[in-house]
Amino acid sequence: MLRRLPTTLAALLLLLLAAGAVHAAENITLVSSLPRTGSANVQTTSLVNGIRLAIAEAGGTITLGGTTYTLTYLDWDDASPEAGHWDPAVEIANANKAINDPDVMAYIGTYNSGAAKVAMLPLNQAGLAMVSPANTWPGLTKPGVGEANEPECYRDHGRVSYFRVVPADDIQGQVGAQWAKELGAASVFVLHDRELYGLGIAKMFKLNAEKLGVKVAGFEGIDGKAANFRPLINKIRQSGAQLVYFGGTTETGAGQLAKDLFNAGVQAKLMGPDAFFNKALMAGAGDKALEERVLVTFGGLPPEQQTGKGKAFVDAYRAAYHGEPEGYAIYAYESAKVVLAALAKAGKKDRAAVVAALAGMRDYDGALGTWSFDANGDTTLMVMSGNTVRAGQFAFVKLLGK
Amino acid sequence: MSPTEVVLQLLVTGLSNGLIIALIALGYTMVYGIIELINFAHGDLMMLGCFLALTLVGLCGGEAASPWLVIPLLLLAVPAFCAGLNWTVDRLAYHPLRAAPKLTALVSAIGVSFIFVNLGLFWGGLPMGVFAGGTQAAAQKDFPDLIGYRNLLGTESGLQFTLKDVLVVAVTVPLMAALTWFVRRTRLGTAMRAVAQDPLAARLMGIDTDRVISATFLIGGALAGVASVVFVLANNSLSFWMGYRNGMDAFTAAVLGGIGNLPGAVLGGIVIGLVRATMEGVVPNGGVWSNAVVFGVLILVLAFRPTGLLGSRAREKV
Repeated sequence: MLRRLPTTLAALLLLLLAAGAVHAAENITLVSSLPRTGSANVQTTSLVNGIRLAIAEAGGTITLGGTTYTLTYLDWDDASPEAGHWDPAVEIANANKAINDPDVMAYIGTYNSGAAKVAMLPLNQAGLAMVSPANTWPGLTKPGVGEANEPECYRDHGRVSYFRVVPADDIQGQVGAQWAKELGAASVFVLHDRELYGLGIAKMFKLNAEKLGVKVAGFEGIDGKAANFRPLINKIRQSGAQLVYFGGTTETGAGQLAKDLFNAGVQAKLMGPDAFFNKALMAGAGDKALEERVLVTFGGLPPEQQTGKGKAFVDAYRAAYHGEPEGYAIYAYESAKVVLAALAKAGKKDRAAVVAALAGMRDYDGALGTWSFDANGDTTLMVMSGNTVRAGQFAFVKLLGK
Repeated sequence: MSPTEVVLQLLVTGLSNGLIIALIALGYTMVYGIIELINFAHGDLMMLGCFLALTLVGLCGGEAASPWLVIPLLLLAVPAFCAGLNWTVDRLAYHPLRAAPKLTALVSAIGVSFIFVNLGLFWGGLPMGVFAGGTQAAAQKDFPDLIGYRNLLGTESGLQFTLKDVLVVAVTVPLMAALTWFVRRTRLGTAMRAVAQDPLAARLMGIDTDRVISATFLIGGALAGVASVVFVLANNSLSFWMGYRNGMDAFTAAVLGGIGNLPGAVLGGIVIGLVRATMEGVVPNGGVWSNAVVFGVLILVLAFRPTGLLGSRAREKV
């Protein structure tokens, strides 16, 4: 009996391997790579919930060409405790792990544009589709708005395999300029914080404002950590601008700017991008300086403004997780949904077919509305919400970019 | 706005911002004058003073508090707190290193600065209304507007001159005059100058140098406390990272004027305030270059006058 043990074990092993092989053939894996350690965790937990919801709605399986596959979802962390946020070493390890697992058909992520820059090229070379619910750096997809070699440096032989369902930052500059025009501003003063994000948006705002015939009275970089902006405010007042646009963030002086404008009695309102859309702005500027005086563009709509499939998502999310979805959760849900739609369209478990199906995705009817992926892998969606502050809370004003 | 108004406006904002920098620079330069220590924690001490000011205003009812009651309270309590803290830090961190090489104390000062920054971050997370209930520890804080922003020259005037500018001048100028008088005329002031000139000779003359150094830290801390009160009343903002920036500006002012020299620190602060105001308020896109110009001026001054604008003593610098 004992002498036979090796043979028995070998047989058992073979059986297991065979079972594994069979199992592998019937499994399709979706992975997400998001910062699950550190301050982004609150937001990314909601994103992961969104992805889980999409897979649960599909019943956890997908049938392609007569074969039923089990859908496996792996929630990977791209942050490290040492960094406290996304870590390039972890991100690249995640990308390689996904590439080397033949079951993985799509890589959902990343959260940070910086992390995307690390993962995009290897995933592209491996022909694995990447769909981001949250990257907003324009250079990832659009030529001429980011750094000089972007986005070609992420594309092997010019092939596009990176897609995003969230509108890029430059759209904010565009819809912001439209909003300024609608508000009747004849001249605007544009400021930026000299950082990639802020400067990029400010440039787009300036460009579009000029296109719409709004005079740009000034375009200046500021020092976000200055004690106050009083000398600059004098210059703005002299220029007679009716609106001030700041391509910047709460961390780079938005609060102080709002306060100094208000205190100097400048009537012009202050408009800014989604990096203003946080409670820290209220804490820093005080309600008085913001009340009906600050205008913020934000990708996506507040939950109560959602209709149709968007509303269905919010309801399903509330029912499943007993809480409100965070801002980007609906984009994560949409990412997973569009990947499943692409799989169904491809009709087979094949990475190249999934990429082709995503690239050819037109008039997709999803939770965000009806949209397509363009040649760069960007969503054609431009809908944003315009918000202001009322009684110390952000309040929805109108839909922008329709 | 006429060109005259532009220049006047530049002077008002430049002086107002510069005097606050000067007030912080005084504490830097005093400590350096006595023990040749660049107290890198000085800016962060001022930051903690701002947090105490906000806490006290919060306890007094925030925006609704009477300025006539709160401002004197702040001007007493905050300098007392900063003076005590500066004194304590000297006893704990710098005093044991008096005989050690100068760099050792300097590195300790950087360490104290880190501790202060983290204390500020912790303080900003206190569950008080003025700290957004403690939910936004790292965010910039709004300081209630106790003085108002009404233009004293009328709403029609192109020139902005508010009570805040008056307050800055009304607090800092007499304080600087009093400090000059104190250092020039009193016994302790004379002892300070003696220790600054030659600690060993001062001790031989019977001066208790330890007491003099402690007194310097007390006075320097109190000045930082006054600076924090004036800063929050004028700018209505504070944050845990503000100490580094304000400390850097003040240090530059002190070096510009001649480190160790009190009128020099004031002059340096005013020069920085005016350069910034000119760059940001007049030159197109000048905000981008204001720091470069400030340091350019510093390099120019040091190239021709290595001891600073008013410095005369040639002493070893760190």
